[in-house]
Amino acid sequence: MFAYLVRRVIGAVILLFIVTAVTFSIFFLVPKLGGATADDLASRYVGKSAGVEQIHNTAVKLGFTDPLYKQYGRFVKGLVVGADYDYGAGIERCPAPCFGYSFLTQQPVWPDLVSRIPVTASLAGGAAFIWLITGVGTGVISALRRGSVLDRSLMSVALAGVSLPIFFTGLLSLSIFSYGLGWTQQGGVNPLDETNPFWWAYDLLLPWVTLAFLYAAAYARLTRAGMLETLNEDYVRTARAKGLTERTVVIKHGLRSALTPILTIFGLDLGLLMGGAILTETTFSLPGIGQYAIIALRANDLPKVLGVTLVAAFFIVLANLVVDLLYAVVDPRVRIS
Amino acid sequence: MRWNRITTATAVSAAVALSLVACGGPKASSGGSGGGADATKAAYDAASGKIFNPSDKKGGTLRMAITEKWDSTDPGDTYYGLSWNLARNYVRPLMVFKSAPGAEGGKVVPDLAEAAGVPTDDAKTWTYKIRKGVKFEDGTEVTSKDVKYAVARSLDKNTLTQGPTYFNDFLLDVPKNYSVFKDPSMSQIAKAIETPDPNTIVFHLNKSFAGFDYFAQLPSTAPVPQAKDTGTKYQLHPISTGPYKFESNDPNKGFTLVRNDQYDPSTDPESGRKALPDKITVAYNVNGADIDNRLQAGDLDVDIAGTGVLAETQAKILANPDLKAHADNVLSTRLNFTVFNTQVKPLDNLDCRKAVLYAADHEGYQRAYGGPVGGDIATNLMPPSVAGAQKFDDYGFEQDKNGNVDKAKQSLEACGMPKGFSMNIAYRADRPKEKAVAESLQQSLSRVGIKLTPKPYPTGDYTKLYAGKPDYAKANGLGMIVYSWGADWPDGFGFLSQIVDSRVIRPAGGNTNLGVRIPEVDQLVDKALSTTDETARNQVWVDVDKKVMEQAAVLPGIWAKGLLYRPDTLANVFSNDGQNMYDYAGIGLAQK
Repeated sequence: MFAYLVRRVIGAVILLFIVTAVTFSIFFLVPKLGGATADDLASRYVGKSAGVEQIHNTAVKLGFTDPLYKQYGRFVKGLVVGADYDYGAGIERCPAPCFGYSFLTQQPVWPDLVSRIPVTASLAGGAAFIWLITGVGTGVISALRRGSVLDRSLMSVALAGVSLPIFFTGLLSLSIFSYGLGWTQQGGVNPLDETNPFWWAYDLLLPWVTLAFLYAAAYARLTRAGMLETLNEDYVRTARAKGLTERTVVIKHGLRSALTPILTIFGLDLGLLMGGAILTETTFSLPGIGQYAIIALRANDLPKVLGVTLVAAFFIVLANLVVDLLYAVVDPRVRIS
Repeated sequence: MRWNRITTATAVSAAVALSLVACGGPKASSGGSGGGADATKAAYDAASGKIFNPSDKKGGTLRMAITEKWDSTDPGDTYYGLSWNLARNYVRPLMVFKSAPGAEGGKVVPDLAEAAGVPTDDAKTWTYKIRKGVKFEDGTEVTSKDVKYAVARSLDKNTLTQGPTYFNDFLLDVPKNYSVFKDPSMSQIAKAIETPDPNTIVFHLNKSFAGFDYFAQLPSTAPVPQAKDTGTKYQLHPISTGPYKFESNDPNKGFTLVRNDQYDPSTDPESGRKALPDKITVAYNVNGADIDNRLQAGDLDVDIAGTGVLAETQAKILANPDLKAHADNVLSTRLNFTVFNTQVKPLDNLDCRKAVLYAADHEGYQRAYGGPVGGDIATNLMPPSVAGAQKFDDYGFEQDKNGNVDKAKQSLEACGMPKGFSMNIAYRADRPKEKAVAESLQQSLSRVGIKLTPKPYPTGDYTKLYAGKPDYAKANGLGMIVYSWGADWPDGFGFLSQIVDSRVIRPAGGNTNLGVRIPEVDQLVDKALSTTDETARNQVWVDVDKKVMEQAAVLPGIWAKGLLYRPDTLANVFSNDGQNMYDYAGIGLAQK
């Protein structure tokens, strides 16, 4: 088990470095292939009346005039041992992991990212809880009532959930419940440490439900399909024949077996969301990692782009690792060795 | 039967949902302003150049939001007009645009300075007296050295990269790559700025500049205590001299201002600042549709960008009398226009350029920006809100709103192109209005045989790498360039100098003058810079405007307007010529 964990961690670290190297290359090589010079890149990060000399000095300061491998090496060094930053009035130590300083705001990236993780975690966690309960529950009910009006209705709703984009359902729900009825907060978030938990959850209810609607639909369909398959298995018939209650048969024997693919998908989905639910955060003006990604991309702010990419990749890798470990718990046929 | 019931149920549910959406609108009732006995009834344009719901009542939290991030809250490193507008709440520059409605708000008045600057030496030297008794938020009294330091630090464009470069360009003998962090005694700029005593500051320029009071209103003249300067980190907590100070500031999320107890209104007799709210909150990166909806619902007070609501919101507002009564169509100091690049043939020929001016559909240009609400048809360059601007119409744009084909053809004959010519027209790809302009011109000019090929370019690099880079523009035949320009401040220099003076054109790109190269214009600009009498100076800028139009160097499109939404939560709200949006130093909240 320990050896397995170590192998997975080493693999994850290598993967994260590859991700950053690719991102670095895309950021610098693509404009270069288009004929852009270091000064051309730097001109994005200066004021509108900046002169030629100022642009060039900015290019030097941001390291654009160095070879790509040197720039990447500097970034990796910052991640591992930290870096120094000249903020004009002095030199500041940026401790490891140092993700660099924003090209535009000239503020360190890591504290920004860290401050946004709780918002994204709140959104992803709450929505995940709702979509798991409702999605799996809907799928179970549908499977047990296969072919009924209820089954067809639930699957139609599921189809709507999967088909409608989040910016549509989000804006529609805001229009109805926030701007129209005034029942919920209109965008933004109240941090948990600044408000009581009830109001924190209440204000996130609309983004949770909107996001969960999208995912619950897929989980309902997946659960229904899995349940239908397992409920037809011989061991389930045996369990019923032995006199077990229907509830025990469905949950302990049917659902448990159907959970494996759901677990896989859940891990991937949660990991992806932790890297930033971009559309949801933008629609509801939530200051999470997804919104940060949009800010970074719009501004071509490489340190922020790298930071978001690394954080997103980290959560996906972590989620996959946790899912793999959970297989052994859920499915007794699987042993980690 | 079962299917019909299901269908009906679904249809009813959908109808209920849609009706709830349609019913969504402003929570606050129409008409009433919630203010005192002298409250003005809500009406369209009630706050355009005049005060709606006048009030002196203090209190409340002014909630503001913006769709993007701030450029910088550091007064020495900011260039956004909205930032300069709001910064008057936490800093006091030497001079300031008066917080007053309409044209009065376009005047620059003394703020930290006791009086306007005194020019000597042919307007190459400017002297200001600093008011006594003005304090920083920590209780320390402001001296001239703090102002000198503030300007000095703003010269360091390698550290503070975003702000304007006027002081770099005009102060005497400023060393290249100057940094006050490497010259803490400021000895290297001793010739540029003197402080003979704690209440006097003297600026020495490398050339005459009669409008220096406009430089003195820049936030970079707001005093900064040297001991508390933290370079790029200063933006996290600029030390206040204004009626508010920073309570919190996150460069990615927003900031909160609270009252500065060291601000003494008796030292601020002329600026017109009201400081009515107890607190001001600004949230960044808020979804644009969210902002518009929250304004209408009364859950947000100001869209701080001040450029107007989204197009879809505009349509909704104009169609609803109640919503329209809460809207103000504010004229800005912005010209939406198309430049002719005289390096691209045949637009090096005056008559060919005139042909374009005559053939263009000016109403089409206006329609591209949303019709009359988007702006007025421009007949020359300077918008009416620029100090001293005069409107003239040499080409009959107002008479021939859809162009004059006959005159266009005559001009084409004169320039030797009777059958017309082909030309590329550049525009910014993510600006649907500019695309609409390109298409409108493509259509209208085709009537006389001028074939335009629209060429979209990304906004971020438009002036830096493409349309604004002379070599690229010439090599790619970008003869017409759709652009938009807002004045840094509403006088001739602030509006015209960056778009018509050929000497500001840089080969490396990043230009705002995208093709005007007229020697007589350059000479007139020099004359304006050295004319100290304001009336005479304004007339010289009018002459610049006339010369540019005489040479048909640009096709003016519209003088832009923005449709702002005014929630019932606001009091003492007005727009003026200085800010071209609501004035954030005078605005308050309706008190119940």
